[in-house]
Amino acid sequence: MNGSDVTISRVGKSFGSFAALDDVSLDIRKGEFFSLLGPSGCGKTTLLRILGGFEVPDEGTVAIDGVDVVGLSADKRRTNTVFQSYALFPHLSIFENVAFPLRLRKVPPKVLSSRVKDYLALVQLEAHADKMPAQLSGGQKQRVAIARALINEPSVLLLDEPLSALDAKLRQHMLVELDSIHDKVGITFIYVTHDQGEALSVSDRIAVMNQGKVLQVGPPHEIYEDPATDFVARFIGETNLFRGAVVRSEGLLATVAIPEVGEVLVTTDDPVPAGSSVSFAVRPEKIRIAAQKPAAARKDLNVVKGAVDEPIYSGFQTKFYVRTEKGVTFKVFKQHADYSDKGPEIKWRQEVFLSWSAEDGTLVEVARP
Amino acid sequence: MSDETLLAERRNGAPLRAKTGRSGLESRQRHAKARAASSFSGFAYWATIVFFFMPLVVLLVASFDKEKGGEWSGFSFIWYVKLFTESGELWRAFGNSALIAFASALTATVLGTLAAIGVTWYKFPFRGYVRTLNFLPMILPEIVIGISLLVFFAGVGLKLGLVSIYIAHATFNLPFVFLMVSARLDEFDYSVIEAARDLGASEFQTLMKVIVPMSMPGIASGFLTAVTLSLEDFVITFFVTGPGATTLPLFVYSAIRFGVSPVINALSVVMVAGTVALILPLRNYLKYIAAK
Ligand SMILES: Nc1ncnc2c1ncn2[C@@H]1O[C@H](COP(=O)(O)OP(=O)(O)O)[C@@H](O)[C@H]1O
Ligand SMILES: [Mg+2]
Repeated sequence: MNGSDVTISRVGKSFGSFAALDDVSLDIRKGEFFSLLGPSGCGKTTLLRILGGFEVPDEGTVAIDGVDVVGLSADKRRTNTVFQSYALFPHLSIFENVAFPLRLRKVPPKVLSSRVKDYLALVQLEAHADKMPAQLSGGQKQRVAIARALINEPSVLLLDEPLSALDAKLRQHMLVELDSIHDKVGITFIYVTHDQGEALSVSDRIAVMNQGKVLQVGPPHEIYEDPATDFVARFIGETNLFRGAVVRSEGLLATVAIPEVGEVLVTTDDPVPAGSSVSFAVRPEKIRIAAQKPAAARKDLNVVKGAVDEPIYSGFQTKFYVRTEKGVTFKVFKQHADYSDKGPEIKWRQEVFLSWSAEDGTLVEVARP
Repeated sequence: MSDETLLAERRNGAPLRAKTGRSGLESRQRHAKARAASSFSGFAYWATIVFFFMPLVVLLVASFDKEKGGEWSGFSFIWYVKLFTESGELWRAFGNSALIAFASALTATVLGTLAAIGVTWYKFPFRGYVRTLNFLPMILPEIVIGISLLVFFAGVGLKLGLVSIYIAHATFNLPFVFLMVSARLDEFDYSVIEAARDLGASEFQTLMKVIVPMSMPGIASGFLTAVTLSLEDFVITFFVTGPGATTLPLFVYSAIRFGVSPVINALSVVMVAGTVALILPLRNYLKYIAAK
């Protein structure tokens, strides 16, 4: 079994006057676990349906291993889909559901039976072969759908929010399982989700979408640490994001003036000239929170004074909402790395100092003058 | 638990919660007991049973009466013997009815199923109107359908007889099958069809291997309904029948005009017995496929 490259170029699709996809181009590599991530209604399913052959794009082309597939119907493509609603055949047993593609191809009974058993084993459902879909739990149905989609040995597996109907615990478990299935079969997975946590944890690369457009494509850490737009910064994880302007620039160190915060130092990948308008972002887990003002040993340390508005304790960490003197709120995560039976040292209403170094912040949406 | 003990409990200061905290099963049992004890609902139940089955019992008794007429004149199988040996015309009518019922139900089932699938799962202009128009023959008075079919057959020059009855029955049965299959199809997710196509099925394979089997319970009940409606139809058949094409209801009607022959009683008993024998095993089968 081998994966395929999928090349999407300049694809557009409208429903009436509504543009569901607008000039989408993506290069998905052979064997990659690629996620389409975006809020509900951003066009992920539409793009996946175009890849599967259920929808025809108005513009642009889709090529699998360099061959244009836009004119091919779903049954003629080497793609298979795991539907959000599972779409199991209710009148067929689990065995027959998985055997369905092989029966269509008139595979001899002996071969068929052993193949179906192999694929049921892959998703750990050997014991349930004779049950009907209605007798299975949601997670089990999802696994049948995966086995059924894989038995044809497609070169691309399309998954449309396959875990969204499962409860949180099971979702985590299935995600790990999906990842290991991907490692075993080695084909290209294109995974649609609106859950950034899911996408970050299993993907080789992620395309973040909004309103029919692709905003950024990259590996999870790049999407997280270097968001290309304000939307991406806000959509992936939590962040503190402010609009401001660069007032001084010395090599790769820029000073950004933010009206609600003051002057902030930040290192950049490329020199950003003074006068650029930018968004400044710093993740809550990168900010230290302390009752005392940090010793000014480092000149690239940013310090902001504020008061705790709301501490939210959740065992492994506490999330603080800290209101600064100028009236903006910072989110700060403090990990509880060491055992403590005294409870939090920083309390509600307490005056605190927030600090982070210039490397911990990042500039988003830089508009040079 | 009796009311006395409950009262005693409350007097003793037992928390009220103890009373409502009884298990669901126990409280259901109490309700069941209360229902059985209520004399009115029990009366209504038995009255319904008697009301339903009394005519059948009268029929049964009358069919074994030796002499024609109201008074009991002795037990005999004479009418059953007559039914099976001297009633050639009756059996011809029965044969016609059975043939027409089977053929028209089959036709209506095939056409109605395809129509339901087409209207439910394929998009085309005026889909909503087609759906509504399909129900028209169900709502229209039979007499209107009878007249319009008669006019139609005369217009196309079709000789009235078994064929015209068959066409008429298939026509009025079609909406019932359509409705039952549609109801079944509406419960299913369109994505199973996309899944079938995705897994390599052609449109025709999808129809035969997924859509039809999935709607089988609807198709089966549509077929049975069509058989029943055809067997018992009188008004429409009366309009479109021709010389020599007598169905069972037409035959019974004409026979009754010369006074009810107890042979008809015997026939009715045989038919009731036949239906019960047919339905009991089938009922289990229907329940089984409906459960899936
Ligand atoms: N068949 C359709 N007809 C009309 N609008 C549609 C159709 N399919 C999708 N849309 C619209 O296109 C947008 C994108 O839909 P979709 O691709 O399903 O989003 P996502 O999967 O990201 O939630 C939505 O606003 C949706 O209402
Ligand atoms: Mg979707």
